[in-house]
Amino acid sequence: MADVKKVATRASYGEALAELAAEHDDFVVFDADLAEATHTATFKKAYPERFFDAGIAEGNMMGLAAGVATTGHKAFASTFAMFAAGRAFEQVRNSIGYPHLNVKIGATHAGISVGEDGATHQCNEDIALMRTIPGMTVIVPCDDVEAKAAVRAAYELDGPVYMRFGRLAVPVVNDPETFKFEVGKGIVMREGTDVTIVACGLMVQAALEAAEALAEKGISAEVIDTHTVKPIDADLIVKSAQKTGRVVTCEEHSVIGGLGSAVCDVLAERCPTPVRKIGVQDTFGYSGPAVDLLHEFGLDAEGVAREVEEFVRA
Amino acid sequence: MSDDELKQVANEIRKGVVTATHAAKSGHPGGSLSATDILTYLYFEEMNVDPADPRKADRDRFVLSKGHAAPGLYSTLAERGYFPKSDLETLRHIGSHLQGHPNMNDTPGVDMSTGSLGQGVSAAVGMALAAKHWGNDYRVFCMLGDGEIEEGQVWEAAMFAGNHALDNLVLIVDHNGLQIDGTIEEVNSAMPIADKFRAFKFHVIELADGNDMAQIRSAFEEARGVKGQPTCIVAETVKGKGVSFMENQVGWHGKAPNDEQYEQAMAELSKEA
Ligand SMILES: Cc1ncc(C[n+]2csc(CCOP(=O)(O)OP(=O)(O)O)c2C)c(N)n1
Ligand SMILES: [Mg+2]
Repeated sequence: MADVKKVATRASYGEALAELAAEHDDFVVFDADLAEATHTATFKKAYPERFFDAGIAEGNMMGLAAGVATTGHKAFASTFAMFAAGRAFEQVRNSIGYPHLNVKIGATHAGISVGEDGATHQCNEDIALMRTIPGMTVIVPCDDVEAKAAVRAAYELDGPVYMRFGRLAVPVVNDPETFKFEVGKGIVMREGTDVTIVACGLMVQAALEAAEALAEKGISAEVIDTHTVKPIDADLIVKSAQKTGRVVTCEEHSVIGGLGSAVCDVLAERCPTPVRKIGVQDTFGYSGPAVDLLHEFGLDAEGVAREVEEFVRA
Repeated sequence: MSDDELKQVANEIRKGVVTATHAAKSGHPGGSLSATDILTYLYFEEMNVDPADPRKADRDRFVLSKGHAAPGLYSTLAERGYFPKSDLETLRHIGSHLQGHPNMNDTPGVDMSTGSLGQGVSAAVGMALAAKHWGNDYRVFCMLGDGEIEEGQVWEAAMFAGNHALDNLVLIVDHNGLQIDGTIEEVNSAMPIADKFRAFKFHVIELADGNDMAQIRSAFEEARGVKGQPTCIVAETVKGKGVSFMENQVGWHGKAPNDEQYEQAMAELSKEA
């Protein structure tokens, strides 16, 4: 995919906010001293009077956004995933989740692809944390097209949304002309019969590339993009599992509590199926170039293909 | 209303606090009673609110950041006509709209869900910011406990409010001197409170007796005139005020009166009336 255009979904977030602001004046954007990194700076540049910097005070930022939302307006709150879901978990839970307010959390720098900053900044737990909050919608877009659509959908949706964006530029795999985004509806990116690969975020691209390689080895993999991890598209996952009889989940997140767990929750109850969970295996990350880290953690096409092949042949 | 009339109302609200916590067999009477006079003044005199239209867009907002004083807020709202006073007896019962801590989606008149200390004040600041941003002229009031302000988030919120000169915001610190594990000095006090808020760019009003209606009135009248910065009223109050055996007793923070104590408390409050 070397010749494909690459965009970091955090950049898509900033652009989508600015685009949305041109159409709607009923929302404001908060950041916590990371506007350049989260790309809310794109919005700030276009709409400085609608941008508020909470400073390095993420818990308060969530509360400010909640307060704005009580007045019938909407607020986006942005910082790194570590601080949005981690530091401010309880503020998100009690001040946003419980009153079910229209706060849209834009969490960037998720997963190990943060790279050189290392373990303190590589949040592999946010999907798990956010998924447990009743009424919280959790969206993990894979590319520029999907990320922009997700921001728009989050704005339209009534209630809190957690959006997970990445730092690393990743290939754009969706066609903006034909792309359709519906919260809670997975997308079959490639059909197959031997195994179902359920992926989110930048693992969708890895899964697609892996499926290509697997096809050459005679393994037909179906690839599903579950951009919405909550509410998850249970029907689509069950249907595919019934067809293939094997499911592999792929996420740039801990295998505890994230997409893999969400898929297992569905399958255990509705269609018990052997599952292999690809993700961060209950360990912290470390410093290094993002692409090299993804490789070391088996979170690239090569790693996915290897795991899937082993799983299918076992 | 005159100060005397407001005092009568406050006394009725105190009865509601005692009734509700007695019926619930749990809850927080101490911090509800220290705050009662200020809550009374806010809802019966100061704030632009309409019990018939609890969510009207231009209403003044109140956030009880010290959410455990829910019985005080609920009793005030009931007295003001948001819902029947008989509902107070359902406090903390299954199916009641009166949850242990306030929830904006359950109870008419509650503007923000609170209970986790330190969080409500951020939401109040967010409301004040929204009013400024969209050009609405409502005001936002928020009450904090003197133990609650040990939370770092309170100062994050104060910093933001001061830096943004939110003069539509009035914080009230219910300075009753007690928290759960003891006096605020014994535990980890945020003293000097007034100086801290001044340092955070607030106009500070030191209310010497936050259970005295005339003094409460003059404090809020002063707050009304403050421009260009948020206001913090540091109100000296008595925890458990109005019920002799609860006054200044740390043990009455989160304990309900038994039948005997209920009778005694109601008798004392009836004498007041
Ligand atoms: C974040 C958080 N920590 C702890 C508690 C438990 N708690 C409830 S009330 C209270 C003491 C509050 O003291 P203060 O703010 O002085 O309230 P008041 O005296 O007015 O009742 C504590 C520690 C809580 N509700 N939230
Ligand atoms: Mg106290």
